[in-house]
Amino acid sequence: MNEEVIVNDVVVPHIPLAGRPKIQVVPLLGLPVVAMAVVFVALSIGFNWRWGLVFNHVVGGGLWTGIDLFVGLVIGPILGRLSIPARAEFSARFMPKMVIIMPTVVMMTLATGFQVARNAGNLAASNPNHAWLIMSFCVVGVMATVALGILEPANVAVLYEMNKPVPNGERIGRLMKRFIYTAGITGIMQIATLIIMTRLGSR
Amino acid sequence: MSVTRSDRSVHHDDRPVPPIGWLSTAALGLVVVGGILLASYAPRVAPLAFAVVLLCLAVVLLVAAGVLLARIKDFAWETFANVFKWALLAYVITSGMIEFAFVHDHTRGSSLVLVTMMLVVFALSVPTTIAFTVARYADTR
Repeated sequence: MNEEVIVNDVVVPHIPLAGRPKIQVVPLLGLPVVAMAVVFVALSIGFNWRWGLVFNHVVGGGLWTGIDLFVGLVIGPILGRLSIPARAEFSARFMPKMVIIMPTVVMMTLATGFQVARNAGNLAASNPNHAWLIMSFCVVGVMATVALGILEPANVAVLYEMNKPVPNGERIGRLMKRFIYTAGITGIMQIATLIIMTRLGSR
Repeated sequence: MSVTRSDRSVHHDDRPVPPIGWLSTAALGLVVVGGILLASYAPRVAPLAFAVVLLCLAVVLLVAAGVLLARIKDFAWETFANVFKWALLAYVITSGMIEFAFVHDHTRGSSLVLVTMMLVVFALSVPTTIAFTVARYADTR
């Protein structure tokens, strides 16, 4: 049974901490998978392993773009229409997974992408693909700054807030607005990535 | 549904804090621009002067964030330290991977020093932003 708590004459829903599972901010079960990805990327770079480099770059990049667009365009609007308890329950299960998935796919994509470009000769200034490559650096730079400087801190802060005995719904809402404000930027950058990468791959 | 009364503050208006998150994010943005500049010239040597200016600005912003952080009264330092150390571990691994790629690609001399310094700023700025964003809303007990 849910309780309501009157705090400073404001009624807020209160689900006792004992009645809801504590959120694990970083899902520990996922860490071995991350470690394997790190080792795979390091070996691919270290031995200049062509298949490993292309695999990490294509799979990591595809997942990064796909997840970003799917969450922004499909999950986000659905989430916005759910009731607050349903939204909280979904977020409590969904966001810890994003804490571990997104940095891993970003690391796979970026660390190997530079090597793939180098091996393909795209880094040479005389290469016709060079300008496209620089554009992709800029696009990735914007996405990395938004993701690491704005979204990831908000994601972790929301999870900590949800673990409190009385989560502050207004504060969670304010932090979650960062995702809405930056969804447009991320969406445009991801579509630009698709255009640039398919263009580079088809020349 | 039962109703209980609590004295706990709901913090509808969170107390103002210095713009530490924005300063460390701006430092991150500057080293990202510097990194793009260096990478866009690879394998040739990039003009280092502009990259050095970007790095210096990033260091100034990060130090300013640290100073402002140290001056906050009633801050949840325990939470900050706990989040910071794990985030730092994650971003040291990420930075190490990037450094490894540059060394593997035969980046040497002043370019490598610059890349390394930028990666240090990167590895410190992201955990600072994450830990500050979490700790500013944490109980200070």
